[in-house]
Amino acid sequence: MATLFAFVAGLVFGLGLIIAGMVNPAKILGFLDIAGTWDPSLALVMVGAIAVGLVAFALARRRTMSALGLPMQLPSQRTVDARLIGGSLVFGIGWGLAGFCPGPAIVALGAGYAKGAVFVVAMLLGMGAFALIDRHRTRTDSAIPDANRP
Amino acid sequence: MSIDWINFTPWSAAIGGAVIGLAAALLVLVNGRVAGISGIVGGMLRPRADDFAWRLAFIAGLLLAPMVYAMVAAFPSATIAASYPVLIVAGLLVGIGTRFAGGCTSGHGVCGLSRLSPRSLAATLAFMAAGFVTVCVVRHVIPA
Repeated sequence: MATLFAFVAGLVFGLGLIIAGMVNPAKILGFLDIAGTWDPSLALVMVGAIAVGLVAFALARRRTMSALGLPMQLPSQRTVDARLIGGSLVFGIGWGLAGFCPGPAIVALGAGYAKGAVFVVAMLLGMGAFALIDRHRTRTDSAIPDANRP
Repeated sequence: MSIDWINFTPWSAAIGGAVIGLAAALLVLVNGRVAGISGIVGGMLRPRADDFAWRLAFIAGLLLAPMVYAMVAAFPSATIAASYPVLIVAGLLVGIGTRFAGGCTSGHGVCGLSRLSPRSLAATLAFMAAGFVTVCVVRHVIPA
């Protein structure tokens, strides 16, 4: 049952990205081009998503169990550290180079774009590289429990 | 800076955004999980038997969304200007960066800001700033 709902959530998420025009890297780059002619659409996508999200997460925070009786797994980490900022800067550079972030790239792959597929494969390699680095790091320094990461 | 009025799509953007928010609401309220794409995918690379199926199902939903959308309306074409070498470099950076940051546009940008998380606000400001600078360099500094 949980698997079915996760599928529906992924499907709805993907449909939202398509409706919002966010699967098109040209539109993302239009938003990131504040020095040129700026397309503010992505900002409105965020506003629309957060308007709904605020209500949902306010409800979620008050519960310990989900509607299916599963544990509510919300991130508990609060500190802003170099890992968070450094990782975000690296992500932002990649985002600005291609106009793809993880969700839209996967949807573009689903739509049959070869360039989307190449990006997703490279992204998986990058995530794999992180997993290797992180495994080594957590073996030497177990300061941050894995469950505390969002 | 000038507004690109020709390509600005406020209504579809806001409505699509609300649908994304609805998906995130569904996943957290029903499954108790945050709809962060990089985290959902990244978690599959270190598989645990009890924690794999929902991730795969969510990704399958994303992959099938274009097909379902095309049943109702024509799939809007995407313009991917980046060359293959650039896409590979960008993909590697996005993969490694999002995992170090513990989230991407969805996990930090949508869900994190909805949770009013200071970490996610810092992450969102950082990746947007890096994106602005990168596009500025690629489009305006290098060509000049």
